[in-house]
Amino acid sequence: MLIRKPAEFRYSAVTPKEQYLNRRRFLAAGSAALGSLALPLSALATMKLNGVTKSSFTVNDKLTSKEDITHYNNYYEFGTDKEQPAKLAVNFRTSPWTVEVGGLVNKPKTYDLDSVMKLAPLEERIYRHRCVEAWSMVIPWIGFPLNVLLKQVEPNAKAKYVAFQTYYDPKQMPAGRYAGIQLPYVEGLRLDEAMHPLALLTFGLYGETLPNQDGAPIRMVLPWKYGFKSIKSIVKITLVEKQPPTTWNISAANEYGFYSNVNPEVDHPRWSQASERRIGELFKVKTIKFNGYGDQVAGMYAGMDLRKNY
Amino acid sequence: MWKKILFNPWTKRTIFVLCLVPAALLLLRGFEGRLTANPVEFIEHSTGDWVLRFLLITLGITPLRKIFNQPLLTRFRRMLGLFAFFYACVHLSMYLVFDQAFDLKGIWADVLKRPYITVGSAGLLMLIPLAVTSTAAMVRRMGPKNWQLLHRLIYFATLAGVIHYYWLVKSDVRQPLMYGAILTLLMIWRVRMWTAKKPAAKPEPVPASVSR
Repeated sequence: MLIRKPAEFRYSAVTPKEQYLNRRRFLAAGSAALGSLALPLSALATMKLNGVTKSSFTVNDKLTSKEDITHYNNYYEFGTDKEQPAKLAVNFRTSPWTVEVGGLVNKPKTYDLDSVMKLAPLEERIYRHRCVEAWSMVIPWIGFPLNVLLKQVEPNAKAKYVAFQTYYDPKQMPAGRYAGIQLPYVEGLRLDEAMHPLALLTFGLYGETLPNQDGAPIRMVLPWKYGFKSIKSIVKITLVEKQPPTTWNISAANEYGFYSNVNPEVDHPRWSQASERRIGELFKVKTIKFNGYGDQVAGMYAGMDLRKNY
Repeated sequence: MWKKILFNPWTKRTIFVLCLVPAALLLLRGFEGRLTANPVEFIEHSTGDWVLRFLLITLGITPLRKIFNQPLLTRFRRMLGLFAFFYACVHLSMYLVFDQAFDLKGIWADVLKRPYITVGSAGLLMLIPLAVTSTAAMVRRMGPKNWQLLHRLIYFATLAGVIHYYWLVKSDVRQPLMYGAILTLLMIWRVRMWTAKKPAAKPEPVPASVSR
């Protein structure tokens, strides 16, 4: 592919200073100017994450390619087709970014992204990711347990659940109008689930910051639950007393439960959950209960009827 | 002029080649490795789309023929219908081979339990007798009346296809609704033709009590 010399584009001539000092927006403007070359350039919008340690919370499965992880996305704010988010999220502004953590806590606080990232050492964790649509990936995420952040704000005795909210700006996310789901996207966890060491507050993948289409700049990853529980681009985390509403449950309560733990024994009303297609492979493989994380998480659901609490 | 174009054998050959373009593009994408991260799903969705498009184009022939008074358009109808069947066969094969790996038990369970599979396979089954009886010899053997009656199945097959699609999508139903809207328009036109014809073919005296 032809890559033109940067000298042919003098951004200083066309870009206001305020904008070209901001790296992401600078790159976005460049992408727009380059048109068809937008994709290779947008790849530069992610930055290498330093000081990442390997975690023992890792599976040995073959990794899904970065190309597939970044071009096969469900992010309805940026379009309902899998290939759309990679294109439509190119110009999404993720800096500055703040996360408001509050509700039933002793020390509510609004964090900017950098101060959240400094709360604990970043770990790389290779997790299985199982979508409710019966496909799956294996992804090297980077982050640290959500419980680190929750302990900082000190949930009080009344707090029983954690509610999350995704950023929503119809101007930056015009495709959201056609998503067919209520936005902003909201999700929730029981407090013990949120405190579980597997529940990863995530900032990156494949050694770099999250690409926009994968939920930049900060998202949850809950490997034992269907993918839609792993909420993207988080702006708000609230500790609450009652089970909070969740987007897909609002959309179709009989199809998407609050728990949505991966479970091959409980089918989606419209399709089977018994097997899944690992992206990169042609034939399907059997789905494992709790996506293979049963040893660590099954205890949290002891005594619960998982057919009712799907 | 239109009659000449429609009658020219090259027109039919050109349309034949055009109908193969979606399949050729899929092959090309395959060679270039551009079938997305989930090639099976991509081919299923793409061929599924083309089944519906070809069925709707086939259903559009009669209205176009009547509205523009171009009886020669009928020359292309069988070919278009058979292309719908062709893409349906590819669509089904992908499902049988890659989604189910020929697991007959799994397929049967799917047909029974998943309404969108039930209605989709019903639509596909309806296309089989239409493809089998699409030859001129079959029309003669069946007689035009019976043949036409049988081929009305295409209405139900297309409706089944639209419902199959509508039930499959998670939340963004714009595309299946668009196909549904086109089918509705095509059927409204037909119903109006049938109801408008009746009094002319069989004039029935209207009882005084219900006449306006």
